Amino acid sequence: MTVTDHWRAIPVCLPVCLLVAAALCLVSCQRGGTKSPERVPRTELSADERQSGFAFLTRDTQRLQTDAFENPGYLWVETGRALFSEAPEQGGESCASCHGADGDGLVGAATQYPLWHEGRGTLINLEGRINQCRQEHQALEPLAYESENLLSLTAFVTNLSLGLPMSVDPSPLAMDALARGETYFHTRRGQLDLACSQCHTERWGMQLRGDTISQGHGNGFPTYRLAWQTLGSLHRRFRDCDLGVRAEPYPLGSDTYLALELYLATRAETLPVETPAIRR
Amino acid sequence: MDQARISVPSTATAGEVIELRALVRHPMETGFRGDSRGRLVPRDIVSRFECLYNDEVVFRADLFPAVAANPFLRFFTRATETGTLEFRWTHQDGETLSEFAEITVT
Repeated sequence: MTVTDHWRAIPVCLPVCLLVAAALCLVSCQRGGTKSPERVPRTELSADERQSGFAFLTRDTQRLQTDAFENPGYLWVETGRALFSEAPEQGGESCASCHGADGDGLVGAATQYPLWHEGRGTLINLEGRINQCRQEHQALEPLAYESENLLSLTAFVTNLSLGLPMSVDPSPLAMDALARGETYFHTRRGQLDLACSQCHTERWGMQLRGDTISQGHGNGFPTYRLAWQTLGSLHRRFRDCDLGVRAEPYPLGSDTYLALELYLATRAETLPVETPAIRR
Repeated sequence: MDQARISVPSTATAGEVIELRALVRHPMETGFRGDSRGRLVPRDIVSRFECLYNDEVVFRADLFPAVAANPFLRFFTRATETGTLEFRWTHQDGETLSEFAEITVT
């Protein structure tokens, strides 16, 4: 359909749209206008039922993830490794000159993010930490969230912790953020009026359309999603989930998503890092 | 199209059937999708893959818009003589990328 076709369709659409809008107005008026977000009861996964998203994949997709040659996520890990050891163009030190040629000094580091950054008084995740390093130690511009280079570096550094358990340890200063993340997870949102927990804690293992609902853990991110046909960050996944329940998503890297990332990291504690994982 | 991975056994016995694997990084844009403003994103695909064993084509594949991003191929050939395997991807615009591997046949 061309652009002109869309314009032609408007006279037909308009009355229908108005009717729908009027109906929605009526519904919201009856419910007392704008309603405030409703929190659902807190539910938790017990340690023995905690399962990585890997468990909800088909056997073929599992095989794709575990074969380091066939797993396309490793393309980003390789790029990340090259960026890691490459000196900045304007001179100065590469990541590798501090952290070791193969990033030996960073094995296990990714399992502890996001963490509280006292200097800034905010949460910082691995993407943020990489950008902070670039600015403070390499005099480089921060990389845009979800840019290929930031994804590659994050994938490389996270992959150094492959198989190690997620072990985030929120400092007392991060408790507020943790509570905000937990509230986000248990708050209904969007036109579908669903909280994350209603699918990922209460109904995991059941079917949603053609898919099996996972427990919603972030231990494989950045992850190669078959739906994306590319590698993407955990925040991009949050955005997709928000859009899925037809809620307004938050910006990638925002405080809200960082708080949610922290809550999810505590929720996924002890699950092994699988980056770069394959997910549907 | 600038990043590829290939897998070739370094040694084989004459007459042995060997498994070859090839993965190339490419978005394989179909040309049927619209961007956020509804304009068509132009087609951008790798259209051909060839494997040459001592300059003789032993495997060839034509790729089409329905092929997923970062196409991965697994195929087999018979090890005949010591030499070089060339894996060559050709973009729709004619640009090529080649990766080479040596194999010793005993």
